[in-house]
Amino acid sequence: MSKHWSYKLDDNGIGWLHFDHLDSSNNVLSNEALEELGNEINEIEKSVPRGLIFISDKKGGFIAGADVKGFVGRSDANETEEYIKGVHTLFQRIEDLPFPTLALIHGHCLGGGLELALACRYRIARDDDGTTRLSFPEVRLGIFPGFGGSVRSIELLGPMVAMQNMLSSRALTGRAAKKIGLVDQIAPERQLKQAAVDLITRQPAPHTPTFGQRIFKINPLRSLLAQQMEKETAKRVNREHYPAPFKLIEHWKQHGGSKSAMYKSEAHGVAELLTSSTAQNLIRVFFLQERMKSLGKGADFTPRHVHVIGGGAMGGDIAAWCALRGLRVTLQDREAQYLSNAMQRAYKLFSKKLKRPHLIQAASDRLIPDHKGEGVEKADIIIEAIFENVEAKQTLFKDIEARAKPDAVLASNTSSIPLEQIATVLKKPERLVGIHFFNPVAKMQLIEIVTSSQTSPDEAHRAAAFALAINRLPLPVTSSPGFLVNRILMPYLLEAVVLLEEGVPAAAIDQAALRFGMPMGPITLADSVGIDICLSVAQKLSETMDVTVPAILLKKVDDKNLGIKTGRGFYRYQKGKAVKESLPDSYKSPDDLTDRMIFRLLNEAVACLREGVVEDADLLDAGVIFGTGFAPFRGGPMQYIRDSGTTQMKQRLERLNSAHGVRFKVDPGWDDLE
Amino acid sequence: MSKSNLKGRVVYLVDGSRTPFLKAQGKPGPFRASDLAIAAGRPLLIRQPFEPDALDEVILGCVSSGPDEANIARIAALRLGCGYKVPAWTVHRNCASGMQSVDSAALNIATGRSDLVLAGGTEAMSHHPVLLNDTMITWLGDWSRAKNLSQRASQLAKLRPGHFKIIIALLRGLSDPIVGLSMGQTAEIIAHRFDISREMMDQFAVNSHQRLGSAIEEGWLDEVEAIFDNKGKLYEQDDGLRTDSSIEKLAKLRPVFDRPTGKVTAGNSAQVTDGAAWLLLASASMVKKYKLQPLGRLIDSQWSALDPSQMGLGPVHAMSDLLQRNEMVTEDIDYWEINEAFAAQVLACQAAWQDKDYCREALGLEKAYSPIPSEILNVDGGGISLGHPVGASGTRILLHLLKTLQRNNKKYGVASLCIGGGQGGAMLLENLS
Repeated sequence: MSKHWSYKLDDNGIGWLHFDHLDSSNNVLSNEALEELGNEINEIEKSVPRGLIFISDKKGGFIAGADVKGFVGRSDANETEEYIKGVHTLFQRIEDLPFPTLALIHGHCLGGGLELALACRYRIARDDDGTTRLSFPEVRLGIFPGFGGSVRSIELLGPMVAMQNMLSSRALTGRAAKKIGLVDQIAPERQLKQAAVDLITRQPAPHTPTFGQRIFKINPLRSLLAQQMEKETAKRVNREHYPAPFKLIEHWKQHGGSKSAMYKSEAHGVAELLTSSTAQNLIRVFFLQERMKSLGKGADFTPRHVHVIGGGAMGGDIAAWCALRGLRVTLQDREAQYLSNAMQRAYKLFSKKLKRPHLIQAASDRLIPDHKGEGVEKADIIIEAIFENVEAKQTLFKDIEARAKPDAVLASNTSSIPLEQIATVLKKPERLVGIHFFNPVAKMQLIEIVTSSQTSPDEAHRAAAFALAINRLPLPVTSSPGFLVNRILMPYLLEAVVLLEEGVPAAAIDQAALRFGMPMGPITLADSVGIDICLSVAQKLSETMDVTVPAILLKKVDDKNLGIKTGRGFYRYQKGKAVKESLPDSYKSPDDLTDRMIFRLLNEAVACLREGVVEDADLLDAGVIFGTGFAPFRGGPMQYIRDSGTTQMKQRLERLNSAHGVRFKVDPGWDDLE
Repeated sequence: MSKSNLKGRVVYLVDGSRTPFLKAQGKPGPFRASDLAIAAGRPLLIRQPFEPDALDEVILGCVSSGPDEANIARIAALRLGCGYKVPAWTVHRNCASGMQSVDSAALNIATGRSDLVLAGGTEAMSHHPVLLNDTMITWLGDWSRAKNLSQRASQLAKLRPGHFKIIIALLRGLSDPIVGLSMGQTAEIIAHRFDISREMMDQFAVNSHQRLGSAIEEGWLDEVEAIFDNKGKLYEQDDGLRTDSSIEKLAKLRPVFDRPTGKVTAGNSAQVTDGAAWLLLASASMVKKYKLQPLGRLIDSQWSALDPSQMGLGPVHAMSDLLQRNEMVTEDIDYWEINEAFAAQVLACQAAWQDKDYCREALGLEKAYSPIPSEILNVDGGGISLGHPVGASGTRILLHLLKTLQRNNKKYGVASLCIGGGQGGAMLLENLS
């Protein structure tokens, strides 16, 4: 008897193998599940049914992939290679079964789950509003498909299409999967089982790639295509930081001519990647993400209606995002005219994300312009996103508290005003919580859940539940200036500006940061956020922190050179694109260029941890990665310090301190790390 | 009042809202009929102390909804977030569809079938369809049956210019198929009968624009909700208003219906417009349960009919029957709304109302009514200045009449419309605030 699988023979003589992983909300190919699957196949092989259908009993989907928990801490490449070869053997046995096999796919079908489906002769996916998603997410975890997926997908789809999907980790709907031949058929829920029986009975020839696709298997075409892919990938990804996509291309380039060589190289290549620090850091990030999600669970709070006050860029985008995620939203500003931009941007977002007209209409219907603020009394959660002025916020919250439902969450999106100050006007100051979004709202996954000493833990929990409800990651932080993300980012940005003042070219500064693994150079970042915004955050922080605001910031703001929005900031912009002058070959940047920027960030991170702005080092790493894009393959600032040796890192900081002064004063928190 | 047509429980008019009325610009406007209904309905429902699923039903008047809007009331109810369990139905009584919906809601509340009803009207006249003629549809049917090249070729050869003659549904809808007259021609008929001059019509039109202009300035149209199209463009006001309207300017316009000597022009007729309006109706138990503060109550309603070629006089018949039944006289009514389909038609109604012969012959009364003073009739403008989206006007005049009574602290009001096909509808309201 299996714990996770159950086998039934139907009246047609077709076998149905149901997967329902015990003690887990999703099906994952854990070691135990794989072992049991082997036993099941042994039995089924003997009974020779007319066909075999793999089906999941989980409501959410087919199979979410391999058990990522089993990847954590893998350091022995040989052992890992043997493990992968074991799965290869099992999947090969499924492929070799002497009767037709079929994967009946609904909901998520990811990674190892998709690879199991590929070992079947046929695949049917559910046709729905987009909940069915097939993808190879491996590259995001720093590996590539390792359960035979890199071999079988190329066999089935041809190298071009298969590689594109594996390299991009793109999620395909049933329809999109049918279009490229990844599934043989799509059917609505009500027809799924009948379609499966029908396909097993008819036994049509399986999908094959077109001739135009197949010829790329042969050299020299294969090498040429691989080179092209490499070039394209190198434009998006830094090979040193993210080796997986390049290894995948190389794997196919070298061995694409022979299936058996491909399997061998897959097992070897994936084992090597999986045991590297890059993959281990990315896997850690995956679990940090899961941890943040869990912070939003367990609260007795299901937000249905959110009222947003402030129709500016931030408030408008928060409102649009909430409506997109299914909440009813009322959006308030002083007068109706101030909502125009927000309504326009919202419609664009809905069109882009939802595509189908009836879904776009439904989202638009949920977003209600409400300049009179009548939604306050109906809302489950009220988010203030007006300009940063204490008196204005106090007046507003006084009125809100009087009118809102007694159990509504009262939240401010302030990034610089202490909650305690706003809360002085409230009868129940413990109700006020900070919900700090990042720009652009539709892209940035992180939300800081800000609590003051007064905020009740229950309110913070409910705010986190709200974040989860809109598909965002909640990070609890204390209401200290800059919270976590802006506070850590600011010294790094300011150091970049100081370097600029010292005469280091902007392009050299940005390049150094990119080389470290930041998603965007600090100078470009300042220009896109807006130099005026940077200045005001820096000024706010300088009131409480030991930072000096560089004069050049003030000058840029005085000259109205505010960045992309004015066409000129640190760079000049033409049609929104920076005009960058290439560095002369003779140019040599200062040796400590990267260190100066990164160590200010690291030092601030250590200070935040010491002060308890976040609960622990893991959450700090998570916040900085998802809030700033800090090199995920390095696992976050604290992980980076640990990986590089805490003592050595502290020494490097001390050297910077003696060379450049108090900006690099070693935070006492370093002592706690050693 | 036991004499009322609405026998049974008291019917409260709780609250209402409408979109700005947007003049048709010769092409489909930014909102479909259902979009307008949503834009007007959302703010109304948001400010109520109950969730939309507390409604017992939604009733919406609409003369011509779009191809994706069959039973537009149900579409509106679902899009307004009423949930699956609130039934909804669409009513059609031509130009009074938006009054019919309120009447149907009121009747269901009076008899105890419903307690809380959202009723309204919507019309996107700029979206009214353009149709193929029957010859073309027959040709297309044959084309789809043509199997081979030669059959298709011979089918193609049958095409004639006549096939491409399109039917503009809006114009057809504004014509009476029984008597073969356009609505404008029926206005010419009654203008002739009561000797309404071109100058009187144009003066009436100028007044309508001036009254709307000052109402906007004074902020008396607070039932109008700001609405946004998909491009974020804001619409806050009725855009048919011409503040520069004058007798001289209007005099230059040519007659549209009885060419070349007629008197009814585009300037003294209602504008072709898109718009929607809603009223929330409730029983006493709902008023109590949700602590609602009703604007007023609906005392009685009346539908009457007459010769389709005289349709503009419909209000006279309906209002007369309404007052007779309630034993009221002109002087008992504090404010009147008679929908302005045509200046000629409202003026003819006023003339007939005080005409001894008409009252005797057409209404069977011994004597004429005292005149309805212009000072208390359509005090904030009407169809001529702000437009007449046919399905929505009925609800709009009821709502605005309530607002007018409230503003002036007066008690009774009558709202009435003429209806294409030869009918009149009228309702008697009481201000409760």
